[in-house]
Amino acid sequence: MENYVFHWNVVFKAFPQLLGGAFTTLHVSVLSMLVGIAIAVLLALGKMSHSKILVMASSSWIEIARNTPALFQIYMAYFGLGAFGINLSPYFAVFSALVFVNAGYLAETFRGGFQSIPKTQYSAAKSLGMTTFQVYRYVILPQMFRRIYHPMTNQFVWSILMSSLGILVGMNELSGETQRLQSVSFRTLEFFIVAAVMYFVITKFVLLTSSLIAKRIFKGDIA
Amino acid sequence: MIQIRGVHKSFGDLEVLKGIDLDVEKGEVVSVIGGSGSGKSTLLYCINAIEPINGGEIIVDDINVHKKNTDQNKLREKLGMVFQQWNSFPHLTVLENAALAPQVVRGLSKKDAFEIAMKELEHVGLGDKFDEYPTRMSGGQQQRLAIARALAMEPSYMLFDEVTSALDPELVGEVLDTLRLLRDDGMTMICVTHEIAFAKEVSDKVAFFHEGLIEEIGSPNEVLENPKKERTQQFLSKVLH
Repeated sequence: MENYVFHWNVVFKAFPQLLGGAFTTLHVSVLSMLVGIAIAVLLALGKMSHSKILVMASSSWIEIARNTPALFQIYMAYFGLGAFGINLSPYFAVFSALVFVNAGYLAETFRGGFQSIPKTQYSAAKSLGMTTFQVYRYVILPQMFRRIYHPMTNQFVWSILMSSLGILVGMNELSGETQRLQSVSFRTLEFFIVAAVMYFVITKFVLLTSSLIAKRIFKGDIA
Repeated sequence: MIQIRGVHKSFGDLEVLKGIDLDVEKGEVVSVIGGSGSGKSTLLYCINAIEPINGGEIIVDDINVHKKNTDQNKLREKLGMVFQQWNSFPHLTVLENAALAPQVVRGLSKKDAFEIAMKELEHVGLGDKFDEYPTRMSGGQQQRLAIARALAMEPSYMLFDEVTSALDPELVGEVLDTLRLLRDDGMTMICVTHEIAFAKEVSDKVAFFHEGLIEEIGSPNEVLENPKKERTQQFLSKVLH
């Protein structure tokens, strides 16, 4: 190691490919987040519903997603389903696994956010003559959104980082691309350092943007 | 007027109201006193249909509150309610709190809704707090906001559910002053309260609730000064020390 000589030139030459990988990383994270949010809403509603079947189904999804490694989920999607003749592309396998885990985590975030709004807010709004729709639209959901906003940002950052597991099924996201480039150039350390910096810049950018938006749209005391 | 006829209400096996009859005339102030669990607050929730009833009927003006095809949202526009916990909307400013329902329920323009809201906020002494967020205010101020928010709907009746019980003692006065103000405006009010002195001062009628029934009802003088029923006497001796 003490004789290791850094060669950065090869990394800079490959930078466009790394950027391409980073784009794929963002692409799969954003999409899996959007679909994950939509499913999470359904799971949260299911878990809070009065139907035993819906509660069971939602709880199972949530429990498995939250209590198993993302790696396992990606393997299941790629190799597991492959064993049944369902062959997903690496991208779609990672996408599905991320949707699965995002939905599971966000469902609990949504349910917690919803249940943290006191029931008396509902009665107070109702007593002013609001319809149920108006109560949710103007009183409950805006407060809930504040409480789930930062956990949602965290989940998004985590999706970006988890998508690096794509490396294991040959997906050409940032980590996969880095792996490929270092294996043909043998500049392992250089490539992974640059990739790490790129992950850092991406997630930092997401977090900063998110808190800037929060400052603009959330006024008042509650976070 | 509000007519309450033989109202029964149960939560599961627990019968909370066991046949309540009560008339509230326009312009009247009726105070409801009684121990906790006697059903006083529940009655208010039944009057504005937040809770369904199991028997009897409640008629507000000519609206039969619990009839199937009654538009209960429309009914609630007539009935302002203020709760023990003030329930400010924490994501809205004081002015937005008071203007929200006029805007979305009554369909007023933002300008008109804000105008009414400002008028009511000034009325309860919050004229300098329009842009404040409620969580930065004291309980007394938030409770006055809740009153202004209800008044901004220009209701015919106001229901007060122990509105001073959750307040620090030094903040009770400002809220009671606001209620006196409303009485002087001629507002019809039902006040569930533990403030016996206040009830004596402002009420036209006082009803003493005991275990889901009205044990005694009459003028403040009759019920609070010269109660005939033993239970009323016992209750008063306990709360007046």
